This record gives sequence, C-alpha cells and structure tokens, in this order.
Amino acid sequence: MKKYILNPRAACYAVALIVLLALPQFITPYHLTLMETGLSLAIMGLGVNLLLRYTGLLSFGHGAYFAAGAYAVGLLYMYLPDHFSFENAILAALLVSAAISALFGLVCVRHTRVFFSILTLALCMLLFAVLEKAYHYTGGSDGIRVPIPLFFGYEFEGMRRFQFLCGPYYYIVVGIFAAASLTMLAIVNSPFGKILQATRDNELRAEMIGIRVKRYRLYAFIISGTFSGLSGGVWSFVNGHITPEICNWVFSGEVVYMVLLGGFMIFEGPIVGAVAFTYLRLYAVATTQYWMLIIGATLIFLVLALPGGITGGIQSLINRLKPKNA
Amino acid sequence: MGLIYALNGLYFAAFLFLTSLGLNIILGVMGILNLAHGSLYAVGGFVAAYLIGLMAQSSLPVMMLVAVLGAVAVAGVVGFVLETTLLKHMYRRALEYQLLITFGILMLIEDLIKLIFGGESRYASAPFDAMGSIDIMGHIYSVYFLFVMTCALAAGLFIWWLMVRTRLGIMLRAIEMDREMAQAMGIPMRSLTIAAFMLGSAFAGLAGALVVPTTPAVLGMGMDPLIMAFIVVVIGGLGSLKGAFLGALIVGLTRSFTIAYFAELEMPLLFLIAVVILVIRPEGLFGQK
Amino acid sequence: MLQVQNVQKSFGQFMVISEASFSVEKNEVVALLGPNGAGKTTLVNLISGHLRPDSGKILLDDRDITTAPAHVRIALGIARNFQITQLFEELSVLDNVRNCLFSIEGRSGRFFKPAGAYRKMKEEAVNILETFNLAQFSSELAGALSEGDKKILDTAMAFALKAKFLLLDEPTSGVATSDKFKVMDTIVSAIQKQGTATLIIEHDMDIVAEYTDRVMVLAEGRILADGASSEVMENKEVKETLFGVSD
Repeated sequence: MKKYILNPRAACYAVALIVLLALPQFITPYHLTLMETGLSLAIMGLGVNLLLRYTGLLSFGHGAYFAAGAYAVGLLYMYLPDHFSFENAILAALLVSAAISALFGLVCVRHTRVFFSILTLALCMLLFAVLEKAYHYTGGSDGIRVPIPLFFGYEFEGMRRFQFLCGPYYYIVVGIFAAASLTMLAIVNSPFGKILQATRDNELRAEMIGIRVKRYRLYAFIISGTFSGLSGGVWSFVNGHITPEICNWVFSGEVVYMVLLGGFMIFEGPIVGAVAFTYLRLYAVATTQYWMLIIGATLIFLVLALPGGITGGIQSLINRLKPKNA
Repeated sequence: MGLIYALNGLYFAAFLFLTSLGLNIILGVMGILNLAHGSLYAVGGFVAAYLIGLMAQSSLPVMMLVAVLGAVAVAGVVGFVLETTLLKHMYRRALEYQLLITFGILMLIEDLIKLIFGGESRYASAPFDAMGSIDIMGHIYSVYFLFVMTCALAAGLFIWWLMVRTRLGIMLRAIEMDREMAQAMGIPMRSLTIAAFMLGSAFAGLAGALVVPTTPAVLGMGMDPLIMAFIVVVIGGLGSLKGAFLGALIVGLTRSFTIAYFAELEMPLLFLIAVVILVIRPEGLFGQK
Repeated sequence: MLQVQNVQKSFGQFMVISEASFSVEKNEVVALLGPNGAGKTTLVNLISGHLRPDSGKILLDDRDITTAPAHVRIALGIARNFQITQLFEELSVLDNVRNCLFSIEGRSGRFFKPAGAYRKMKEEAVNILETFNLAQFSSELAGALSEGDKKILDTAMAFALKAKFLLLDEPTSGVATSDKFKVMDTIVSAIQKQGTATLIIEHDMDIVAEYTDRVMVLAEGRILADGASSEVMENKEVKETLFGVSD
C-alpha cells in the first residue's frame, strides 16, 4: 500500500537527488554556491509554506527566525569560539530559532489573518531593531563574520574558503536539504498535517471536533520557525557574513514572494521558488539596477494572473493535456 | 532642555499623524493594509523636492504651495492609477493576496522612483532655511517645525470636517461601518473606493512633501515612515481619527524622550509598545472591530 | 446523563434564554421544537461549548462542564453537527471523517507516520461513510459535494466522534425528501446501538413522531413543555406557539 502511494513521487525525488549530487560535475563552482543559497532558502520556503498553505497563515516576518538561526551561529563564533563546530552551530541555530519562534508564536497565533500578518511583521522589526542597535553584542549593522568551522572535529586542511564551499560543503547542504524536505513531507502527510489543514479550512468545526486550534497553530509556527532557523544557519556559512538586514521585513516579504513564485499550493513549490528566486535575482542584478521593479512587477503578475506560481502553472498545463477521464 | 524634547516630540507627533492618516483612511474604508503607503510618501517627497528645486527663485509661499500641491496631486493620481488598474481586482480575493499585491506595488514604485528621479539624494532645504528660527524660552527652534505642526492640525481638522460634515465623508464612514449595508443603501461603491484610495495616497504624499525640507529625499525614504505609521495605527486604532491623533502623540513623545535619554532603545521600545497593544487590545486604543 | 440547570443567556439587552432546565438520559432521543428565533441553536451552542451561559449549570454524567472549553467537552463525549454545514471544504470526504477519528482517538498530534498508514482509522472512516452512503465520494473534496450530501457528511462527522451525547441541529433540513427518512434511520439505529443520548432540533413533525421518544418545546427563551410526544402535542399553548410558524 505504502509503496504504491509513494512510487511516482519517490522516483522523482530519487532522480532529483541524483541530479543534485551530480551537479558539481556539470556546473561551475560559482553556480554551486548559488545552488547552496537556493537550497538553504528552500528549507525556509518549506517552513513558511507550512504556515501559509497548510495552516492558512501568512507571515511577513519569518526573517526573524532565519536571522535567529544565522545569529545563533555568528554569536556562537563570537562568544564561544572553542566550541565553534558545524554540529554545534546547527544545533544552536535550531534551538535559538525554536525558542524565539515559540515566544513570538505565542503572541501571534492568538490572532488571525491581517492581524496575524501585522504581528509577525512587528515582531520581526522588533528583533531587527534590537540586532541593529545592540552594536556591542551583535556587531550592529556591521554584522558578524562567519568562518568555516570544524565538522565533527575534522578540519578541512589547507582548503581555502571558496574551495570548501564548492566542494564538501555543497554535499553537506544537499544532505541537510534532503533531510529537511523529507521531514516536512512527513509532517504534512501525517495526522498532524491533516488536522492543521482542518484548522485552516474551518476553525469552528476544528474546535468542535476537539482540536485546540491555537495550540496547533503554535506548533506549526514553531516548526516553521525552526526550519527558517536551520535555513539561516546553513546559509550563514555560504554567505560568510551575517547582518541585521536578513531580519528586515522586506527580506521576509521576498521569501513569501519566493514561495508564491514557485507555487504555494504544491508541496515542492517553495523549493522550485527558492532556486528560481536565487537565479532570478542573479540575472536581474547583473542586467539591471532595477531588481525591485522586477520583483514587484512579477509579484503583481503572480497575484493577478498566476496565483499558483510556477508549479501551479505546470499543474494546470498537465491537467489540460491529460485526456479527460470520467 | 525638557521643553525642546517636548517640542521635538510634538513635531514627531505631527509628522506621524500626517503620515498615518493616509494609511488609516485606506485601512478603515477599504480594509486593506496598504504596504505601498511608504512608497506614495516617497513619491510625494521626490516630487516636492523636484518642484522646490525648480521654484528656487520664487518666494517662499509660492514655492511651498506649488511643491505641496504638486506632490499631493501626483500622489493622488498615482493612487488613482493603482486602484483602477490593480487593486480593483483584489476585493474578492483573500486578504493575504491584498497584502501581497501592495507589497509588489511597494517594490515597483521604489524602483520607478529610482528610474525617474535617479539614485541621488535631493536636497530641498530652501523652505526650511527661509522660515528661519525663533527664540522659545532661550532655546532656538526652527519655525518650519511649527509650520508642520500647524499643517498637521489643519489636516486633522480637514479630515474631521470631511468625515462629519460632507456627504462624501458620511458615505465613507458608512462603508467603513458596514460595507454590505452601504452597498444595499445604494452608495456608489466604486467611486467612493477610488476616492478613499486617492485621499489616502494624497495624504501620504503630503507627509512626504512636508518632510523633504528637513531631510533630503532619498531612495527607500518611505520604509521607516511606513513602519511608524503602522505603529501609530496599531496603537491608536484602525479607522479612528482620535486614535490616530493620540497614537501619534504617544509615539512622537516616546520617541523624542527615548532618543534623548536611551538612544538605543528608541525603535525597539516603539515596536514593543505596538506588540503589547496588539496583544492586549488588537483593535487599538480607539478602534472598533 | 446530560443535565441543564437554570441556564440563562443574554446577548446584550436581549435575553435569548431566560430559563432552561431539563435532562436527557442515555438511550433517549429527545426532540427540541420551537419557533425560529426561540433560542434552540443558542441552547445547542451552550451545551457544545461555543457559548457560556450567564448563569446556571450544565452537567455531563454529574460532571460540571458549564465553563469547560469546547475541546474538553468533545473529549468527554459531546458531539454536534451544524445546521449550516461546517466542513473542511478543501480536504477529502474521507479526511473530514478521519480527522474526527484522529481527534477523538488522540492521534491528532502524530506527525511522523503518514495519515494513510493508520489502517484502523481509515477502515473505520470508510465504514462510517458506507453507513451514511457517502463511500463513493471518499476521495472527493468535501466542498464539491451537493448541499444535501454535505449535510449528511456533517452529521456523519458528528457521529464519528463516538459521543455519549449527540446534538443534532436540523440534520435533515436540506436533505432531499426521499433521503430524509433514510438518513434518520441510519442515525437512529446507530444511536440505539451505542446507547447515545440525543437531542435533535427538528421542524419536520413526521420525523419527530417517528423517531423521538420525548419532545421539548422552547419558546420565548423558556421550555414550554417537556414530555412524551403525544401529550406535548395536545398542549394548547404548544399548539399556538408551533402552528404560528410558517413551516
């Protein structure tokens, strides 16, 4: 039974994984770093979409948890350099982002719709203001430099940073991305995922079948925030430098854009969106100085004409080409 | 010194009141949180700076009049275009899409400003300098700030008059109170929605125009005011004029005094207040809903 | 089993329920009649936990649930349907019922195994759908069903909560006349099997006569009469109240 359900999807995933692992043979090192950025952001996109698609909540402030993860890594380096290893850094990113999303989530999930969105934005900017002003603790707008750490005690001897990034780190990112995606897939298909969707569809009925809706929203919020934190942690090594800008609500908005671009109705949409967004930004910034114009115009187009995004568009195309069954 | 802080606080409050008026009108009447509000503010600022530059040879009153009217007009027209081309499709869609489209508009306008006006800062300090300063109890205070305070009062009175004494205002308030009822009563929804958005945009432009004599028009100038306006609306209450007034006072004075004594805490404190109010009383101090 | 004692509820100035006291025992099927606006749905909301009474008590098996939140009441064994259907429209018909089972069996927090791997739940859900003649729609979205089928699904969901006390708010209104008795047959035979205490709001007198043991009439916020159908229906006041309804 299980195999039957998973088969077509599992096959696609296997192919995708093989392609990802084989990429270093075919694309330039620079593009590998782009893929690393794309895959890290994809993790955040999946987190944001758990809230958006499956719980029905639009967050305009998830950059706060991305930043929480990234700054956990950076501050670990600043204050506990002896313990600065990759595994500790990722652990820190997970714990700190989970804690902050739990705290902020407690406040946010008591409201819905516009108020929820407003609250997530306000809290995100609160953290941004703190990160920027606390110069002595966080480096303020200068930010924190993040070097390559030890990996389970192993130091990549003699490798220069760029070499490392295009070499071993790429596989590490792919591995983490795969693990995160499969975890999210499990969550979304589980009873918890189904109940979450029920709270999205009909809050009243969910209450009346015995579900404490606010509590489930909080759980989703924390999971979503932790994914964003993981994303931030992984990304901090790719970028090598973290600043409060990742906590600005505009970045959070860009992440929502990214999810919409890929298509928020389909599970894999945010992944497609993250990679597409990374490349879109690259080409946009290279060809024109009007990057925001491109995002703005495409976002408006998406909202008006193609709310299902790239994957939604592909889906409708497939539906139209399929022969009509009874 | 306390007096100067208080005066600064009042000036901030005046400025915030003007900035949040537009956001409040649109939110109250249309139920849309217009994330592009800051961009319309920036439009006003750049147009005013440009016109002040053009009118450099004219007398002060003419210069200000042309600049302000020009900014307000352009902002209003932009609002009109936005509503009739884009926003009118959004009313039946989920609220989240409305937020998203205004976010898209924000980005679009930011870069359009860059396209039209270029990336450099535009100084327009002529009116500020021309008004000079006066002596208040031994402290020197710029007259321009007092001028802005006057404008804020005038704007407040104008809105009050509009909402209470004119047919337009009464119809707008009807829509705000109960959209369906207003429709059933035969109120011309389309024209009024457009009018509301234009009004909100015009006020955003006004705020931007009034600020450029004090600080140059730069790219991204609308971001912080958007957040500030938003905090004021949250604290004071959605759709409430009294609330906007009080919210602006609270925020303005708080900001002024924290900058003076605990400079680092300024923004975090404001956001904290906004969050606390959103938690305890999401409708704000005077809001309904 | 369920006891309502001196319950009062006002909305602002308007006192919807001025005085309600009654009880429903295991195995009883009680009809709640009354003109529109009498407060029947409010009473259902008070018992299910959507609203709190201003005064009075509600007891389930002698346990005070007057101020208990909805999810506690569901866990203790109260379930309800909705007059205006409340479904999970974007989920499949199967998921709608299965979610009720997940909730009542305490599995709603499980996030590891896929929902479909819970075989027993799936079978049970399919059984319930078969009982209510909805099995052929299992994989369709709940939102795509006809209004009548939605109504039946709504009731099936209340059913799936395995309640000790079932509240049914006009379960057959909106259902095709030819199906009404079928649906009631299904509900009542299942109720009888489990011994569920049931309170049904119903306007159709034939259904009341056929399926209920006892009748309560709620009018102007108070219970006018409470007893066996035949007696209550002869009551003069009841006849005036009920037959003034354009039904």
